[in-house]
Amino acid sequence: MGPNLLLNYGEAVAAILFCIGFTNLLLQTNLIKKIIGLNIMDSAIYFFLAQKGYIAGRTAPIVTDGVTSVEAYINPIPSGLVLTGIVVSVSVTALMLSLTIRLYIRYHSLDLDEIAAQLKREGR
Amino acid sequence: MDFVCNFPFFSILLSLFSGTICSILPGKAAKVVNRLVLIAVGTMSGILLLYLLGTGESFVYWMGHFPAPWGNEIRAGVLEAGMALFFCIIMYLSMAGGAHKLFDEVEESKHNLYYILINLLLSSLLALVYTNDMFTAYVFVEINTISACGLIMIRQVGRTIEAAVRYMIMSLLGSGLLLFGLCIMYDLTGHLLMSNIKESVALLMQNGDYQIPLIVSVALMCIGLCIKSALFPFHAWLPDAYGYSTVSSAAILSSLVSKGYIFLLIKMIYRVIGFDIFNNTRIIDVLFVFGLMGMIFGSLSAIKENDIRRMIAFSSVAQIGYIYMGFGMGTQAGMVASVFHILSHAATKSLLFIAAIGLTEVSGGSRKFIDLTGSGYRNKWSGVAFTAGSLSMVGVPLFSGFISKLLFAQAAVQVEGKMLAALIVLGISTVLNAVYFMKTVIRIYATTEDAPYPCMTFKDMKPYAVVLVFFIIVNVILGVSSQPIVNMIEQGLAMFA
Amino acid sequence: MSKKKSAEEYHKTFAFHFFRWLKGEKDPYLGNVEMQPQKEYVTDSELLLRQEKEHDAILDKVYDMEHNVELKLFHRLYQVTSILFCLFLMALLFVTISYLPATGAVEKPVNNEVAARYIESGLTETGAVNIVAGMILDYRAFDTLGESHVLFVATITVLIMLRLDKNKKGEPNPLTKEMAPNDRIYEPKNDTILQLVATFLVPIIIIFGIYIILNGHLGPGGGFSGGAVIGAGLILYLNAFGFQKTERFFTEKTYKWICFFSLSFYCLAKSYSFFTGANHLHSIIPKGTPGAILSGGLILPLNIAVGLVVACTMYAFYAMFRKGGF
Repeated sequence: MGPNLLLNYGEAVAAILFCIGFTNLLLQTNLIKKIIGLNIMDSAIYFFLAQKGYIAGRTAPIVTDGVTSVEAYINPIPSGLVLTGIVVSVSVTALMLSLTIRLYIRYHSLDLDEIAAQLKREGR
Repeated sequence: MDFVCNFPFFSILLSLFSGTICSILPGKAAKVVNRLVLIAVGTMSGILLLYLLGTGESFVYWMGHFPAPWGNEIRAGVLEAGMALFFCIIMYLSMAGGAHKLFDEVEESKHNLYYILINLLLSSLLALVYTNDMFTAYVFVEINTISACGLIMIRQVGRTIEAAVRYMIMSLLGSGLLLFGLCIMYDLTGHLLMSNIKESVALLMQNGDYQIPLIVSVALMCIGLCIKSALFPFHAWLPDAYGYSTVSSAAILSSLVSKGYIFLLIKMIYRVIGFDIFNNTRIIDVLFVFGLMGMIFGSLSAIKENDIRRMIAFSSVAQIGYIYMGFGMGTQAGMVASVFHILSHAATKSLLFIAAIGLTEVSGGSRKFIDLTGSGYRNKWSGVAFTAGSLSMVGVPLFSGFISKLLFAQAAVQVEGKMLAALIVLGISTVLNAVYFMKTVIRIYATTEDAPYPCMTFKDMKPYAVVLVFFIIVNVILGVSSQPIVNMIEQGLAMFA
Repeated sequence: MSKKKSAEEYHKTFAFHFFRWLKGEKDPYLGNVEMQPQKEYVTDSELLLRQEKEHDAILDKVYDMEHNVELKLFHRLYQVTSILFCLFLMALLFVTISYLPATGAVEKPVNNEVAARYIESGLTETGAVNIVAGMILDYRAFDTLGESHVLFVATITVLIMLRLDKNKKGEPNPLTKEMAPNDRIYEPKNDTILQLVATFLVPIIIIFGIYIILNGHLGPGGGFSGGAVIGAGLILYLNAFGFQKTERFFTEKTYKWICFFSLSFYCLAKSYSFFTGANHLHSIIPKGTPGAILSGGLILPLNIAVGLVVACTMYAFYAMFRKGGF
């Protein structure tokens, strides 16, 4: 173990959340719960990334009173990456939900295995 | 800077913009736009390839007004330009070959949406090929995933929707891991641009700092890309997705989409981590083992299969195993063999999918082997093309598959410790390939007493037959004149460093 | 001398109605608004029973653990490997994190010359007070261009999946009937409280969204957040007043053209900027005075374009989920 686990407690929380989301995505049979797991996973990554930019005692990277010294602001790059990431996760969630809606209307079920069994019975 | 250097940028932006344009056009016009874009991008990539072969040097291109670590960049070398050209050719042929079936498979009002997806897929593939920035790569990986999912589900039968869900779940696990690895890498190096990360990584390795996080981050990114490109234990979504989607979609998905991720992985190995550093990790051994397993288990599943398109899909699993086995060898020769196999597999697999549809058409739309009996006589062009593709897959000389197997074998001989395993599995896999492909070829040329289905002649399907001929020509070119192509790949890989 | 209106004319004016309402003589909503109770959703009990039976039969088939040893083993194996893999991943990540540079520290690889230049010269080079906006829309604009196309392609896939088109002969899609119970019957029809609140809130929400978009380069905000706020306003309006009213000003055609123009503008503007940048040409786009509303070069127009796309997309997602069309 390295020296920084306690200092990096935020990242550790992000890792736990990431794994919770990952497990949900693997083990849940209900599609909606899978999607929730996916969102937890994505949010955990953004949380992790947001911590990367933080520097103790500095403010958000919006120039105030014309001060443009490096000592005044936190690192702006992770914030930008998180912004990009959030849009990606919104799109992906919408796509998954639309797939789920259509499957539910057809097969009246949210369980992927059950749907697969129905498909086999249809024989197509 | 010469004007030709703008071509990578033009091709990415042109295909991106054409996606937007197609959203207001009716289906037929969108089809024309799509074809024109493919031709234009292909031409530009061809000119760029000639130019780069002339200068012999790669170049970087600023995406904006700011230089290296501050702005985005794209980069073009021989391998990138060659890949872009090849992707365009295969995509054009796949689209042309499946065009006549599109009306049966997709509602007519949604045709323009189909072409939007194709255009955006093309742009994301080009961006993955040309990018010099890891985060740009991530964003375009997502575009690639979503549009590929769209291509699977646009034929709205239950199977494809279910396949699309499974595909999305696996892909999202993959992108989650990729992004996490990327974040850790960013934390360690402070850069997102490939060349800058490579410098920092080399420095970290020299000083011995952050060894464990570095390896973990590389491993996470590799696993992410492996999941996305359907390496063996992660292939569960693949047969349904390739087997039931529209013909063009299946051909494009199997030959191009997974190759885009693999190309990104190659680029990452050379341009981000450094080839030697990557080979010193245990990751290549893992890739090697899973590659070998994929080669065997993919073929075994294909043998058990009773449905021609699912069989071809399972064969993809085996072929992707070959590519990862090449990575796993950890030598330049293995890498060259893998890159050549990307080309050869893309050319052959799309040919097989397109030819298979011709065979099922003359068998009353059924894809079961029992109905396909004798279909090679009913549709001669498809029969010949399917046979050519099968021979190439099995590795008969004159076809591209032979060269890639030869290259793999040559590469394996040079690697101590992995030689025996690689050669044995290569042999077993070739035999298994022969079993299921030759079984199919014999089946389609078996004689039946009563064929209740009509025959198809050249007159019924002119564009389709021409496409098949072109596919065979591409295959034979790859097989016959392999030496210049291998030289080009070597030159391109040398430019990566 | 003011012209006196006849009683009949006066009854039509707004003032007449207003004073009547003030005196409490008339409730303006009474009689004007349809106040019928919601129709009860009648379920076909026979169909429901059959569906339930089928459901049980399939469940038996899928999860018939007692008689299906192979399936049972596979399920167990899958669960155990998944859990083990996740535990392993968590342990791995913990070890990794323990070696990472400390959070909040100044001396770490992330705080290098890249971030320094964004902060120090961002104001002069991009003209944006909000450094993050300057970064994502100018320094690293290619990523953001890709990102808005992620949203675009996601809408396209949702359209493919959920749009219910009429077929060639003009007959409605067979799925329309199955979709119907999800949407129209449960639609809150003429809910007075919701409508009154929406009347007040929707303009405020939309104006707030516009403010966020226009101030994207000056403060926290930007196209994506502002667009999402406007989208929320539109969704509230839709919920309060129903599809018929929204369709008067927002149809699929509107959506298509807004998206097309915004994304084309985005593509072309950024192409120009990439092209001039790479070829070391001078860009004619003025930077403006930092801090003024018209400053920041392309950032403000790009924010507006992105905002429009996002607002429409959010609304489109909602409309698609509700009834498969606008």
